[in-house]
Amino acid sequence: MKTTITVNGEARALDLDPRTTLLDALRETLRLTGTKKGCDHGQCGACTVLVNGTRINSCLSLAVMHDGDAVTTIEGVGQVGALAPIQQAFLTEDAFQCGYCTPGQICSALGMLAEVAANQPSQETTDLTGPIRLTDDELRERMSGNICRCSAYPQIVAAIRAVSGLPA
Amino acid sequence: MSSVLDWEATPNPVKENRAGNIGKAVDRYEGPLKVTGTAPYAYEVEPPSPPAYGVMVSAEIAAGRITAIDTTAAEASPGVRLVWTHLNVPPQGPRPERYDFFTPSPRPALQSDRIYFFGQQVAIVIADTLENANAAAAKVAVTYEADAPMAIFHDHLDEGVQPPGEQDTEIGDFAAGFAAAPVTIDDVWRTPLQNHCQMEPCATTAWWDGDHLTVNTSVQMVRFAQNSLAETLMIPAKQVRLLTKYIGGGFGGKGSFYEDLVLAALASRELAQPVKIAFTRQQMMHGTVHRPATVQHVRLGATPEGRLTAMSIMTVTHCDSRGNFTEHASNFARSLYAAPNRLTGHRLVRMDLPVASAMRAPGEASGTLSLEVAMDELAEKLGIDPMELRILNEPDVDPETGKPFSIRQLVRCMREGAQMFGWGRRNLVPGQVRDGRWQIGVGMAAAIRGNMLLPAKCSFSVDAHGVITVRQGMTDIGTGTYTVLAQIAAETLGVPLGDVRVEIGDSELPPAPGSGGQFGAATAGSAALDAGMNLRKAITEIAVADSASPLFGGPSQDITFQDGVIAIANRSERLADLIRRNRPDGLTADGEIRPAADARNWSQHTYGAHFVEVGVDTVTGEVRTRRMLGVFAAGRILNWKTARSQLTGGMIWGVGSALTEGNSVDPRYGSLINQDLAGYLVPVQADIGEIDAIMLDEVDDKANPMGIKGVGELGISGAGAAVANAIYNACGVRVRDYPITPDKLLAAIMAR
Ligand code: FES
Ligand code: FES
Repeated sequence: MKTTITVNGEARALDLDPRTTLLDALRETLRLTGTKKGCDHGQCGACTVLVNGTRINSCLSLAVMHDGDAVTTIEGVGQVGALAPIQQAFLTEDAFQCGYCTPGQICSALGMLAEVAANQPSQETTDLTGPIRLTDDELRERMSGNICRCSAYPQIVAAIRAVSGLPA
Repeated sequence: MSSVLDWEATPNPVKENRAGNIGKAVDRYEGPLKVTGTAPYAYEVEPPSPPAYGVMVSAEIAAGRITAIDTTAAEASPGVRLVWTHLNVPPQGPRPERYDFFTPSPRPALQSDRIYFFGQQVAIVIADTLENANAAAAKVAVTYEADAPMAIFHDHLDEGVQPPGEQDTEIGDFAAGFAAAPVTIDDVWRTPLQNHCQMEPCATTAWWDGDHLTVNTSVQMVRFAQNSLAETLMIPAKQVRLLTKYIGGGFGGKGSFYEDLVLAALASRELAQPVKIAFTRQQMMHGTVHRPATVQHVRLGATPEGRLTAMSIMTVTHCDSRGNFTEHASNFARSLYAAPNRLTGHRLVRMDLPVASAMRAPGEASGTLSLEVAMDELAEKLGIDPMELRILNEPDVDPETGKPFSIRQLVRCMREGAQMFGWGRRNLVPGQVRDGRWQIGVGMAAAIRGNMLLPAKCSFSVDAHGVITVRQGMTDIGTGTYTVLAQIAAETLGVPLGDVRVEIGDSELPPAPGSGGQFGAATAGSAALDAGMNLRKAITEIAVADSASPLFGGPSQDITFQDGVIAIANRSERLADLIRRNRPDGLTADGEIRPAADARNWSQHTYGAHFVEVGVDTVTGEVRTRRMLGVFAAGRILNWKTARSQLTGGMIWGVGSALTEGNSVDPRYGSLINQDLAGYLVPVQADIGEIDAIMLDEVDDKANPMGIKGVGELGISGAGAAVANAIYNACGVRVRDYPITPDKLLAAIMAR
């Protein structure tokens, strides 16, 4: 099926098997392998990308559903030598070990910060009347869809906190 | 062979640490690639031509045989290139009767109609796309004749046999000592089967160039996998190049390798096209390995003053029907506390279950969950602080072997941890502290994990730019190997860290045993230090013999290496200049480490103390860790940042072991009930509160020439027990069947 997806700012015209997930289209068709497959079932968050600015699990979405969408993957966040602040913060805080969950964590963090900025509440949000305070509990709740088996969780919190510009 | 005493007496650049590279919180060497998604893991490596995709089909019974396997529909499915079952898979080397971790041997895939465990691979489909391969794999129709599997471990506890080549160890007379003890603990703890759940499922990309095979795969042990694969394919090992540059987590589960590697190699040869195969998450649960369940019987006898007079842990555990692996949950106790009468041992039940093997801190991770809680129970019975009880029973020498400890700072870990954590402020009586709906409790436990050094080689090169390249067939599974090797090289050759390159994860590089048993940094690093020293020597010889060098004439022993400059007294030149003049193509030196002949004269371990604060909701049974502190003594620390991450990572695994992680066997099918990450609950971000790991200053000169030890497995040892003890302090209830899930905790609270 003919599908055009804008990936990291570049329009990509694809002819896809309708069964292909967005994750496999990125990894296998476009060879953007920064987005990882940890479970293929929406259980781990390794495949998180931003679609029109919103974070999703790309393994749970068929690529052909994204005709006309703008997708940002880790490759579009920053590059070696020109790291985005969140990537630099992950490096500085040692917010990963094996690195396999990391692209998903970083894309998820970017999406999450946008959700907080848009004042979208979570289960941890206690006050719905004012702007959301990104407490540690709030941050942890919102990042719990991204498993890190190496368990760099505290460092991930520190890295996100370092770039969030939001008070705890 | 070298002696530990030589290591102790001989200075070296790592010990001297003049440039301060050792211990420093250096960012990960390969970190920029990982945070940008440009580190290629096994399935992502670009093959020389477009690959075909393999999908495996897994058995749906736990024991029995395949009576028919119909592949016609799969073969006729679009894009399919090949379907193999036991009926048509190419010949492979024979599987030995039993195999182990360190001895390479054939691991043939799809060998017969016999099924030994649920999830065993029974067929492979290769197609032009992943979608076509998946669709075709679903069309492989397998008919089985199922036997009733022996699958429920707890129904067969009395059928355990002595693991091959092992004996119980008894010192003194345990039975008499225990019978005579005025205060005793006698309880049974259960730990469940656990899955590694590395985030990267096992995967291989393979291709052939003539009769030479290249495989990119995800394994912890390079040479072991290379040699075993060559034996499986029945070709010389030199025709197999195995690469494993980036590994998405191992934790012991990638200590061996699986059918993805063998079948990708075979299929790419057959099709003359690169092939890639990955396990699905579901296949990972059954088709790789797991930590087996244990039942641990702990008996402690003590005097009213708190001196242990008798101590025993007897563990029953299980492995697969053809296996040997034993979860040595009793072993660590042999070195932990003094007691004149002691008995430890293991019994092994062979079951129709998937293959049991090592998972992060095999032995200690399970064993500390019993003994370190038993000590807490004993302390309560005696009315002694649980930390003081441990200190009272601190041995002067290894209580079982009588050997001296290389160094043992367990008491210091406990005392300093207690102070930092505020241990003294806790309420001794359980169930007294409340914070809203939460009952609050604190607990502590000791940590111990053995230390090992294995043989390894390494090479160092310097080029005409003064850049040092470290080459070693070692792996980095997230442990920080790349980074610590770079630090050792920078310190040894006196160059800036930015002038070091590290090449690992390749079977063509000097062999190292790989990552496992927290021996990686010490083993790989010691070989690297030796290579660095040999390169220094070679550089020195060239400098003092080169009349164009200011260092000409020596004296050699006064040479220094610093900031990319070599100097003798006030005569100096840039290392790059010397090499450019004398060795424009570069200069290489090899190094090697072997265990010292007398290393076993000491009892060598890493130690720590865990302190945990939990909240227990006594209405829902929910437990939250609020605060965790670990204080550790593990030799010289090479990199404060990566070591600390290893330790806190391990501590979080301890939280998982205590609260959420465990798999169960379905008695009907012999399958694991939790088949993915939705059912098997590893800790997630919201499960972890404030956490810190402190590393005490320590040098263990008897461990290796650098005085370092491992940290990868120490953090988990004892962490779960501290959580369990904190739960008791919070609500006055003990659950001895891990994990302590809300259902069990609530039942125990209600029963009280
Ligand atoms: S791969 Fe998509 S959530 Fe795990
Ligand atoms: S860094 Fe390994 S899973 Fe997160």
